Amino acid sequence: MSTITIREALNQALREELARDETVFLMGEEVAEYDGAYKVTKGLLKEFGAKRVIDTPITELGFSGLGVGAAMVGLRPVIEFMTFNFSILATDQIINSAAKMLYMSGGQFNIPIVFRGPGGSAFQVSSQHSQALESWYAYFPGIKVVMPSTAADAKGLLKSSIRDDDPVIFIEQERMYGNKGEVPDDPEFTIPLGVADVKREGTDVTIVARSLMVPVALKAAEQLEQQGVSCEVVDPRTIRPLDIDTIVESVKKTNRVVVAEESHPICSVGAEIATQIMERAFDYLDAPVKRISGADVPMPYAKNLEQLAIPDVNRIVAAVREVAYLD
Amino acid sequence: MATKVIMPKLSPTMEEGQISRWLKKEGDKVSMGEPLAEIDTDKATMEMQALANGVLRKILINEGQSAPLGQTIAVIGEPNEDIASLVSEASAAPKQEQAQQQVQEQPAAPQQPQPQAKAAAASAQPSSRVDGRQPQAATADSGRLIVSPLAARMAAEAGIDLRSLQGSGPNGRIIKKDIEAAISQPKAAPAPQAFPRAVEPGRFPQAAASGYRDEPASEIRKVIAKRLVTSLGPVPHFFLTTEIEMDRAAEMRKGINALDPDLKISINDIIIKVAAAALIQHPEVNASFQEKFIRYYEHADVGVAVAIEDGLITPVVRSADQKSLSEIAAEVRELAERARSRKLKPEEYTGASFSISNLGMFGIDEFTAVINPPEGAILAVGAMSAKPVVRDNEIVIRQMMRVTMSCDHRVIDGATGAKFLQTFKKILENPLYLVV
Repeated sequence: MSTITIREALNQALREELARDETVFLMGEEVAEYDGAYKVTKGLLKEFGAKRVIDTPITELGFSGLGVGAAMVGLRPVIEFMTFNFSILATDQIINSAAKMLYMSGGQFNIPIVFRGPGGSAFQVSSQHSQALESWYAYFPGIKVVMPSTAADAKGLLKSSIRDDDPVIFIEQERMYGNKGEVPDDPEFTIPLGVADVKREGTDVTIVARSLMVPVALKAAEQLEQQGVSCEVVDPRTIRPLDIDTIVESVKKTNRVVVAEESHPICSVGAEIATQIMERAFDYLDAPVKRISGADVPMPYAKNLEQLAIPDVNRIVAAVREVAYLD
Repeated sequence: MATKVIMPKLSPTMEEGQISRWLKKEGDKVSMGEPLAEIDTDKATMEMQALANGVLRKILINEGQSAPLGQTIAVIGEPNEDIASLVSEASAAPKQEQAQQQVQEQPAAPQQPQPQAKAAAASAQPSSRVDGRQPQAATADSGRLIVSPLAARMAAEAGIDLRSLQGSGPNGRIIKKDIEAAISQPKAAPAPQAFPRAVEPGRFPQAAASGYRDEPASEIRKVIAKRLVTSLGPVPHFFLTTEIEMDRAAEMRKGINALDPDLKISINDIIIKVAAAALIQHPEVNASFQEKFIRYYEHADVGVAVAIEDGLITPVVRSADQKSLSEIAAEVRELAERARSRKLKPEEYTGASFSISNLGMFGIDEFTAVINPPEGAILAVGAMSAKPVVRDNEIVIRQMMRVTMSCDHRVIDGATGAKFLQTFKKILENPLYLVV
């Protein structure tokens, strides 16, 4: 085990997969000469050369299409979006080409491509650069959507995503690149896609949280423990395919759920999780499923308003107390 | 840490259990997994295991007493641990309930003090509480119960009437906590009443009602009652009767038992085997109506009604169509024995595809049986007796037996049932078909 940042864990995953499989290559804005806008690709150009680590012009739709074509002929591209906000420009290639090619070619073309980069809120980068887009991508059959919350998950899941034969949207959280955690040193360490992780065990209330909300939920759980409430924190890690079984198992034990997410509430992943819990565990619920989401407004620039728009420990604590009928 | 031992759910239909025997005394050491008591459920006597290590400190429900699911029946703890709070929590509960009931009855109209008065009073005018919180009656203005899905299920399993509860959640929602509180308040077990003296000694009053005695219905009697009304009520029965010449079957039985007296094949075993063979030939009878679909079974799982001390139970011979007569005979004997000592496991008396009830040994000539849902049919078998019959225009004496099949008309029609019975009769009259 080594204690490293999520940024370093992602860098290790990329380095190991580039070394392991020569069909893997990286492409994106500033990934090569500049070592990546967030330094995730640091040192990779030097190590693997300009054929494997490729700078692109500011043309998201273009280089995403290039990636899909490369994947069709047998390569394993890893496309970096400087942030997922810019993936909006590439959605035609992601949704209409990458997600549907296997189906529309009658199974002839797998698209083993990873689209990765930071998503969600950052620090005062305002409305256009602070978006959580996972529910967009998770909506479409044919794509997998992965959102790690720890350094180990980031490394293990990115390696699995690169080895996966289907298109994967891999959303890192911009605020979390510097978060540190223990990561196994084994170069064969991977984490399977579609398997949730119980980040903390508890008996009274289940908090389903992903990405940025996992550390927030864990802090809330610590506070609640002082108040005599035992919380279980479940991190789905993969949004599609969603490991609803692990979530439902937890709900059957605790009978109460809070779903916490950084994204807007309408048509969100949290809405989907709440619905599936209702469908599968209705008779085990002692309270309505409570959702905590980001504010239903474009992200404000002002620091105080930005803080109010992102769920925090206090809101999760209050939600847990509400479903546990404590207030 | 001291732990409560609660009445566990030991059968799929169990709502309360009776302590048949404590296997440990107060003060005995117990370890997890060790048998603690024998519990008489609605179907069988089952062993309950300890779920904690320590000493059996206190028995709260004595042998012969019943407790609903989830009620505390004992406390396990360390030898010198203070368990007073756990014990008083469990035993003080009924008093509290009574006190509450009295308070609540005051605002009620001067009705007869029926047990329902509590619920009526509760919904009419909730009493105020010392803690200042105003619990609203769960039956809001609309009269609709507001209850969490979990609480609704827990109440159904524990047999608690939701209308007798006050919800502590928002809008008076009944929540898990309320059901747990209700479960921990043990119901006063009604003591069996002695014969009321309707007649004073030495006098002979006119038109006096005859004496009677009330005994609490046993668990199994309650389940039988519940099951049977779910049958004759919603299941449209019709009945088909035929008379079967049993001479060859009886001869075959004699012949087999002469080969090996240990086999002890009975006529009923042959009937089971023949029914199974006929069921496989008529899959439309080996079926069950399941509201939205009809389930056809691959094998003939034949239920055999067995009379036991205070009721009946139907152990199942699985895949009887694939078993030999000697296997069926041995299995029926073993199942019936355990049925009588009430040691059957739930999976051994549920899930038959067809049943047979034989009252021949009681000299009954013919009768009709009630279908055990969701099975599609049941065969009622009467006694075998020598009768004069006409064969080739001559009166001869034959061993005759009458059977009546009750069919669920939703899945079996008259002609379908008749054809099955025809096959059954053909094989039973010529058991050689079994080996053809």
